[in-house]
Amino acid sequence: MEEQAIDKSVLETGEMILNMGPQHPSTHGVLRLKIHTDGEIVSKIEPVIGYLHRCFEKHCEKLSYEQIVPFVDRCDYLASMHMDHAFAITVEKLLDIEIPERVEYIRVIIAELQRIASHLVALGTFGLDVGAITPFTWAIRDRERVLDLFEALCGARLLYNYIWPGGVSHDLPPKFVERTLEFLDYFDPQMDEFNNLLSNNKIFIERTADVGVLPAEVGINFGVTGPSLRGSGVNFDLRKNEPYSIYDKLDFDVPLGKGTMGTIGDTWDRYYVRVLEMRESAKIIRQACAQLPDGDVHEAIPKKIRPAVGEVYGRYESARGDVGFYIISNGKNIPLRVKMRSPAFSNLAVLSEIAEGWMISDVIAILGSLDIVLGEIDR
Amino acid sequence: MTSILDSLVKSFSSFNLDIAVILPIVTIIGGTVIFLIMAVNALVAVYFERKISAFMQDRLGPMEVGIFGFKGGKKFWGGIGQTLADAIKLLVKEDILPNNADKFLMILAPFIIFTGAFLTFIGVPFAQNIVISDFNIGIFYIFAMSSIGVIGVILAGWSSNNKWSLYGSMRAAAQIISYEIPIGLSLLLVVLVTGSLHLGDIVQWQADHRWFIFHSPFTFLAFFIFYISTIAETNRTPFDIPEAESELVAGWMTEYSGFRWALFFLSEYANMLIVSIVASIVFLGGWLSPLQIFNIFPDSWLILDGPAMGLFWILFKAVILIFIMMWIRWTFPRLRVDQLMYLCWKIFIPFALVNLLFVSLWELIF
Amino acid sequence: MTFDDIIKYVESKAAGKSSTIEGKEVILVSPDNWSEVSTLLKNESELDFDYLMCISSYDKGDNKTYGAAYNFYSLIKQHYLEVRVETEDGTAIPSVTSLWQTADWHEREAFDMMGIIFEGHPNLKRILLSEDWEGYPLRKDYKEPDYYHGMPVPKDKTYWD
Repeated sequence: MEEQAIDKSVLETGEMILNMGPQHPSTHGVLRLKIHTDGEIVSKIEPVIGYLHRCFEKHCEKLSYEQIVPFVDRCDYLASMHMDHAFAITVEKLLDIEIPERVEYIRVIIAELQRIASHLVALGTFGLDVGAITPFTWAIRDRERVLDLFEALCGARLLYNYIWPGGVSHDLPPKFVERTLEFLDYFDPQMDEFNNLLSNNKIFIERTADVGVLPAEVGINFGVTGPSLRGSGVNFDLRKNEPYSIYDKLDFDVPLGKGTMGTIGDTWDRYYVRVLEMRESAKIIRQACAQLPDGDVHEAIPKKIRPAVGEVYGRYESARGDVGFYIISNGKNIPLRVKMRSPAFSNLAVLSEIAEGWMISDVIAILGSLDIVLGEIDR
Repeated sequence: MTSILDSLVKSFSSFNLDIAVILPIVTIIGGTVIFLIMAVNALVAVYFERKISAFMQDRLGPMEVGIFGFKGGKKFWGGIGQTLADAIKLLVKEDILPNNADKFLMILAPFIIFTGAFLTFIGVPFAQNIVISDFNIGIFYIFAMSSIGVIGVILAGWSSNNKWSLYGSMRAAAQIISYEIPIGLSLLLVVLVTGSLHLGDIVQWQADHRWFIFHSPFTFLAFFIFYISTIAETNRTPFDIPEAESELVAGWMTEYSGFRWALFFLSEYANMLIVSIVASIVFLGGWLSPLQIFNIFPDSWLILDGPAMGLFWILFKAVILIFIMMWIRWTFPRLRVDQLMYLCWKIFIPFALVNLLFVSLWELIF
Repeated sequence: MTFDDIIKYVESKAAGKSSTIEGKEVILVSPDNWSEVSTLLKNESELDFDYLMCISSYDKGDNKTYGAAYNFYSLIKQHYLEVRVETEDGTAIPSVTSLWQTADWHEREAFDMMGIIFEGHPNLKRILLSEDWEGYPLRKDYKEPDYYHGMPVPKDKTYWD
């Protein structure tokens, strides 16, 4: 009897190319992910960015240093105080000026409050990505209090233009320190509630533990910084290792991922490092508020910023990682070149490495744990 | 128990009409009643879901739209007319069918899902004598009719010509079909003990002995397996991976808007009501009041035990179960597809099978 | 290690391959020597620069020379170094993607914005702008095209000058 040859090629499964397009509820901005999948398993991811490119660096070549500060805000709109601060310390390095003590303490208080606000958004949206909708509303509710403090301080809720090279734009309003301490007293038990709901939830742990493990060497090689790298156990925090401002006078710990729920460096670790960092920020704020000296905040602001010829690379630890500003000056009051090294740019590049072999739902979870903001990636 | 249809037929035949005329009239009346139940249930359930979720999330929910003299604004009942306004909006919305979509299947899909829910209502009793049609295979009929909806889900995802909808509908199909097995096995337990598929007989057994949930530790476990599997059947969080909002936009419903989406929505809430009523009939005593369990109440309270209160008790238990479903939805994250399947096939089904074995032993012994 | 120690060490291992600029703490390397020096910086256990922070492309303003500034940091030894590689328009710089994966996207951005070609890069295409954009925006002599896919590119810049 003749055997019929079966055409096996008809039975093969093919690869599907899926487009998690620029408009999507979970991609934290306008990010496009080209995903090659075999069923539900991802075989290759290619992030495509540039949808939010606003030519920040080209603008800087026509603006004076004071005029660049509002532009810098809009790069990372969820942590704009950090961007302001990073630019300010870079320009101060270039100008080589002394900053009064009071300004440094105010800057640290504001930066740590901003870190709390940014991490709240990161954790809330991460919960939303994984399917838990209630922690998101609670996180936003607590963030509103921080934004109220900022509104009392400088009038803006999201984009501040507050920290200028040489000082800050306004002094603290009356009763600001009391209101901050009140907020911190309110905030500490909220963190426990949040943890009960999300961090220690069995379903959440199953979704995130052992998923998307980022080995430490791969992370360093890809230039990953910030909580994403600390989740893999690498003890590197610019505030401790290369202290700027007055961080060397303050006492705080650097939370690291330990693999408590799964492998070290998995999504749960990256998430939990952010939760612990909020507590550390609260500690820092309390210390800074207790040590706040008096003084004039405007005395060191230069009348006209006209640095000498030279270049400088300033580094800063923002909510997402290591922000760098590389400024080349040619003696005029307009810089020759400003390059901003954004942490989320390198953090996103590592997605194609760690998300292979996982399912589509996991890609969303991993992306959420890397905490990206497209504004600073695309500039 | 007599059914509504039977009583209607009897009352109409007293008018000396031909049976061929009576039957269509009675059918239409029955159909309208079911549709009204589904519509009112959707209105009320959606409003409660929005208010409950809002209060859990430390916000207020719909507050503006009032109805019939209940003005919107400050009081907590402010948004009571919101669902009606939404329903009217959905009905007058533009009907969009994507260009490359399979138009016939896309139009057919919501109707299939709606039909599944509709047909199931025929066998669901609301009190001792309030049932559209009295089937002597009651449970079996309900179980069978509620499986029709899967076809609609698959058609909806496939015909939308959208990769994300396809993902959603494939996941939904796998999930719904898998979770029907633990439901069936848990219901089988009850049928085993009572020896009848008729829902009225099951409640009668519970009136004579005790509620099923207290019958043995195994039926207690079976109740939980049944309840969680029904949450998976109706695609609610934590099992809402087919319509996972943050991943698939809206899963298999993405390309639907307006009236067709309203049909999907209606069917989802109707399904919730059906499974809650079935759970309360089969495990929680149906239209029996909880007061009969404890013999400590004074005789004057026994008026709460009468047949007129049957409707109230069954709805009371169903509403509590629906509330718990909503509570769970807003608390937990969602499970991933493979974890969902793992839960069904490797945890629920073995436990349900073992349950079956042990309940039969229990029956033999006690 | 301080900057002077680093430059002495590099000189001892790769003599003549790098030079310093007067008054700045920067090492200048020509494109021909760059692959050797970069391998040195990564692999030597005394230097151990495992973290490439940033690649900034710059235009020297004379319409001819473009450069890339590399900022390195060592997480183990905690020292910092800046290296500059300058090239004429059209000459390629060897890519360091095989040593530091972070250079993958940074070099694409340098190519996109300044037109510096990196030889040996696995996927050198535009990253921030769309694939069919013409011109390299961050060059000093850049002129915007008049039309892009039929949409006019605005010319009036009085609002920011």
